[in-house]
Amino acid sequence: MRFALTAEQQDLRTVVRDLMERLCAPAVVRCAPTSPEVDALDRGLVEVGAAGLLLPEHHGGLGLDENYLVPMLTEVGWAAAPLPVLETVAVAPALFEAAGLADRIASAGMVCAADPMGAGTARYGTRARFLIRGGFGGTGPVELLDISAAAREPVSAVDPAADMCRVGAGAVLLGVVDDPAVVARAWQRGVLGAAAMLVGLARRMLEMTVEYVRTRTQFGVPVGSFQAVKHHLATALLQVEFAAPAVARAGYALAADEPERDRDVSMAKALASDAARAVARTAIQCHGAIGYTTEYDLHLYAKRAWALAAEWGSAAWHRARVAEHLGLSRTGTPPPH
Amino acid sequence: MELTWSESEEAFRAEVREWLAANVPDEPLPSGDTREGFALHVEWERKLYEAGWAVVSWPKKYGGRDASLWEWLIFEEEYYRAGAPQRVTQNGIFLLAPTLFEFGTQEQKDTLLPRMAAAQDLWCQGWSEPGAGSDLAGIRSRAVRDEASGGWRLFGQKTWTTRGAFCTHLFGLFRTDPNAERHRGLTYFLVPLDSPGVTVRGFPRLDGDEGFADVFFDDVFVPDSAVLGEVNKGWEVAMATTSSERGLTLRSPGRFLAAAQRLVRLAAERPEAATDSLIDRVVEVWMQAQAYHLFTLAQVTDILEGRPPGPRSSLNKLYWSELDIRLHETALDLLGPEGQTDNPWSKGFLFSLAGPIYAGTNEIQRNIVAERVLGLPRK
Repeated sequence: MRFALTAEQQDLRTVVRDLMERLCAPAVVRCAPTSPEVDALDRGLVEVGAAGLLLPEHHGGLGLDENYLVPMLTEVGWAAAPLPVLETVAVAPALFEAAGLADRIASAGMVCAADPMGAGTARYGTRARFLIRGGFGGTGPVELLDISAAAREPVSAVDPAADMCRVGAGAVLLGVVDDPAVVARAWQRGVLGAAAMLVGLARRMLEMTVEYVRTRTQFGVPVGSFQAVKHHLATALLQVEFAAPAVARAGYALAADEPERDRDVSMAKALASDAARAVARTAIQCHGAIGYTTEYDLHLYAKRAWALAAEWGSAAWHRARVAEHLGLSRTGTPPPH
Repeated sequence: MELTWSESEEAFRAEVREWLAANVPDEPLPSGDTREGFALHVEWERKLYEAGWAVVSWPKKYGGRDASLWEWLIFEEEYYRAGAPQRVTQNGIFLLAPTLFEFGTQEQKDTLLPRMAAAQDLWCQGWSEPGAGSDLAGIRSRAVRDEASGGWRLFGQKTWTTRGAFCTHLFGLFRTDPNAERHRGLTYFLVPLDSPGVTVRGFPRLDGDEGFADVFFDDVFVPDSAVLGEVNKGWEVAMATTSSERGLTLRSPGRFLAAAQRLVRLAAERPEAATDSLIDRVVEVWMQAQAYHLFTLAQVTDILEGRPPGPRSSLNKLYWSELDIRLHETALDLLGPEGQTDNPWSKGFLFSLAGPIYAGTNEIQRNIVAERVLGLPRK
């Protein structure tokens, strides 16, 4: 029994963190999707092997498992990287490999957008070359489309880095994956990856807020010296600290193919979504009015957290899923008392 | 990440499970916070001791079995899974013993630990006073030097002392230097409650059981050997206990895993009461119990690799105490009017309300987390 990252997993985490600190400052999160800054970040991710993290070595990947995915995406989330990292690194590999298309993504950068609900829109639509459509809840079929030549109509979104697009005519169907095991695995990795990013985002917002309340003075003292503020932040930390182990556990459950992996992944997403949303609220409150502006950077992280909390199944959706796994059927019957 | 148990750990689990299955009373014992129930619980403790299960993580020579921290977690998981009786010895074995191991003289360890393990000496904690709850450093009970007799004379009052009316010994803080600043000048004493001058008055807790006591000290003599650690260093000695009290030793995840499982069963057995919103809460609580368990696995890994939790043990205390209340509230909602009767869930609910108060209130814990984990300014 050892519940901690291995030295290799820790190394990967450090490498990704360094990359994010170097190439994904808040100013980069604010850049247009086609800017040279975002290009540089994309190249940086390719150089550390992100695209092929989960692809087998014979497809040019690193052949690693979900125990590595969690620390990597936690750091990507921490930086709110404005690229479809989750979709490309976590969701795409199993599907593209099953469709015989692994070589298309092995070293191509962050090129896959995802629309698991088939809603017709996808984040990061401008940069994406491929679209993964369907598979919500882990059931197929999933379509893999080439959208390089497709019409893309921008859709206004809350997250300024969302680059949300409605994909129109011109998409080319490359393949359909309906192997239930593959579709389930891709979904579970998407859920897990979103949970990991939410933990990273929550940590980032907490760090920013702690730093702010230590230095911001009112009534002649740092606002962080007031007990009301302290208690808010202690509660926020509590939620992050108890969500993170559930995310790590879910990564392990997927990597080890444990029978309870679907339940564990849902638990991770439910806890991480609620934690990140609570931290976002606390962070904005403890910043005061400056937290309610777009000039200050906090909103970049809060808005990403809200988006990810809603995607890949909300907390409530995943709790319902856990309820099924626990054998608790929903009746909808009103109580007799 | 390597989340599997070794063969020897699995064998340990099997042994614990088998023994508990054969020995845990079929009918739950009456509350250990009543005089009659306490006596029955002490009998149970002696049975545990005879079989070598009372203090698994202690060295063999003191009555333990040198179990690792992992094995201790396994033991706790199995213990609560089996629905075994509450541990009325816990304040001794989980709070005093770690302090004795760290600060005790060889003689103190050799005389006190085996008797504690065997439930011959039954220890209560004498910290709170009428004027000193959260503000522990404000205690006024004092010890006066008695050079002629080679010891100390104790005066004052302790209160809200858990099971004080039934225990045989008390460990507590007394002021030995009246001129020193608040945290200084305190000394940690080990006091037999049958000493002349001690008066104990039991009184009921919220659940009506006589689980609390006032303990009055009127010129109570104790010898020098009753001092744990150095004279006037009682605060430092006591703080070593608080970190075990808040951390995983007081409330191991096994207790909450088992309770959450019972809650799931309760919801499954009452489909007419289990509305969607209640099921949602059951799941939430169940997940939080899992999260506490997983958090402690990471914590034990850290401890074994030389990264002690320090002030992070306040996170444990906040989480399990608030989880425990939500868990019981959810159970009572499932029970409906039945929840008003005296039953394990209503009893557990009343007890859960104490969680955010004892071992340092959750308000104090949040201050500790904010100041010592997050680094916010004290003033």
